[in-house]
Amino acid sequence: MSGLELVDITKRFGTVTAVDDITLTVADGTFVCLLGPSGCGKTTLLRMIAGLEDPTSGDIRLQGERLNDTPAHRRNLGMVFQSLALFPHLNVGENIAYPLRIRGGSPASCEARVRELLDMVQLPGVEQRAITQLSGGQRQRVAIARALAVSPQLFLLDEPLSALDAKLRETMQMELRQLQQRLGITTIVVTHDQREAMTMSDQIVVMSKGRVEQMATPIEAYRKPASPFVADFLGQANLIRVKRADNGASFDGGFIPGLEVPAGAESLVSVRPEDVIVTSSGNGPVQADVVFVREMGANIEIYLDAGQERIVALAAPKSHGDFQVGARVSLTLPPDACVVFGAEGAH
Amino acid sequence: MRRSPPQKPVDYLPIAFPAIMLGVFFVIPFAIMVAISVFERVQGGFYEPAFTFANYARFLTPFFGKVLAFSLGLAALVSAVCLLIGVPFTYMLTRLRRGKQVVWLIALLGVLSLSEVIIGFAWSTLLSRTAGLSNLFVWVGLMERPEAWTPGFAAVLTGLVYQAFPYTVLVLYPAFSRLDPSLMEAARTLGCSPARAFANVVLPAMRKTLLATFIIVFIFALGAYLLPQILGRPQHWTLSVLVTDQAIYQSNMPFAAAMAVFLVVASLALVGLSMAITGRKGAAGV
Repeated sequence: MSGLELVDITKRFGTVTAVDDITLTVADGTFVCLLGPSGCGKTTLLRMIAGLEDPTSGDIRLQGERLNDTPAHRRNLGMVFQSLALFPHLNVGENIAYPLRIRGGSPASCEARVRELLDMVQLPGVEQRAITQLSGGQRQRVAIARALAVSPQLFLLDEPLSALDAKLRETMQMELRQLQQRLGITTIVVTHDQREAMTMSDQIVVMSKGRVEQMATPIEAYRKPASPFVADFLGQANLIRVKRADNGASFDGGFIPGLEVPAGAESLVSVRPEDVIVTSSGNGPVQADVVFVREMGANIEIYLDAGQERIVALAAPKSHGDFQVGARVSLTLPPDACVVFGAEGAH
Repeated sequence: MRRSPPQKPVDYLPIAFPAIMLGVFFVIPFAIMVAISVFERVQGGFYEPAFTFANYARFLTPFFGKVLAFSLGLAALVSAVCLLIGVPFTYMLTRLRRGKQVVWLIALLGVLSLSEVIIGFAWSTLLSRTAGLSNLFVWVGLMERPEAWTPGFAAVLTGLVYQAFPYTVLVLYPAFSRLDPSLMEAARTLGCSPARAFANVVLPAMRKTLLATFIIVFIFALGAYLLPQILGRPQHWTLSVLVTDQAIYQSNMPFAAAMAVFLVVASLALVGLSMAITGRKGAAGV
């Protein structure tokens, strides 16, 4: 079996279970994001892969070989820390050369490799600068270059872009993805930013309370969320409690024709705001009142009350004039855009 | 926060009190001491105003040179030992849980509440032949018969290290608590064993703090005059002991003052030197 395998990994800190029996496989050369709210165990999982924490139970395997008892410094991986952890007493070149010098590289070979790495992160000619002379984005690049200096088998990043401003963060996301594709290196990133995860990854691992909620491609996780938590965490979702009715499903504010839900108890249905169709006229299956309109430029967000349910819809800006606060409109929730969860939250 | 420099005299009010205290209790006494150091001693009496460098000239002898060298060497050794124990200790301490850290810090502050006299006599008992630690080792079977470890150089060193250790930890503690733990972890993921990472990442990143601690302990040890007398032989007496001896027992105030001034100047020179070193290297520092 190739790639990185985590088998039944559990980590407890005292009575707190940070990671709860996680099993997952990361194929060689893929870019995986561990995504979840703070405290979901994603950083702990990454630190166990790095060897900075020992799992309470379970196996970590790389290319089929058990890694648990290999100390961090023998694991041949590169890691970028949230604080970047650049060494303040060394300049840029010395920072990047550090892992090479530790392994006994000659000064000349180190120098050549540092130049190559700085070119790779598009920051040529800064070898002699002090870390304090660099901007946040430049430090980021130096940290990436240092982590990749020895061409590691695994590239791990812990919330690497959280310190950057929004614009720079988006640029770095795309650059990081391009770099990863160019090098073909197996990469695992921890993030709480779903846009970041969507931008960069081949696979998203959505985590909550120490467990994996879903592992899928970004678009699959978005389109077919495995649980209400995933639906809500990845983008916006309207979660509506529905009951089975004739030829569809009914809820407090109306009816979704053609949607099949299990009989008996209530089910939870998730609909993305962009799938909700709002029309100002006619007698649609759902009647709703406009409570708030948020103009976002590219589109507008309309907050609606349909019975007890709050529904958010996205509409094109030109239709703005039709939707005033207080107006009564009709909604259509297309059944093929609805994801139905059972009472437990599963499919 | 307001960052503009003070403009009216009133703006200086907040620092007036500390400034007055410093003036009254440090600058004025020091000025008096400098004045006395160039006065002339009156045989059988006290001293009278004069302007002579004879007192300074007096310790340009091999004897005082040796005492000065011994004092500086002892102070440096005390600093080195304190850092050698204090750095790993403080590093481990900051890795403990908050509650445990507080217990350790309170215990260390407890040592500070002991007077030098108590520390001196406690150690002289602990290191004595009749009631000392060696009896314990004999009882356990590690030694043949009890030994006297005091007076002696090791006893002086032990006492001074014991006294200076809390200061060492208290100066190191804030810097070590602020140290980014991921520096050490980064070094490990880059292929460095923990011990090596500590030596070539943590220590260099902390070098300014280490130097500052060294200076503080050095000056502290340079001023010690009780412990060398209680725990040492005359050859282990420091310049501070001689100052005390001249001032109190020989009633030679001018000579004592001259030695004290020299000691202060030597200390200040050392502080200035180390500040110059850190100032130059400081640009790349933490």
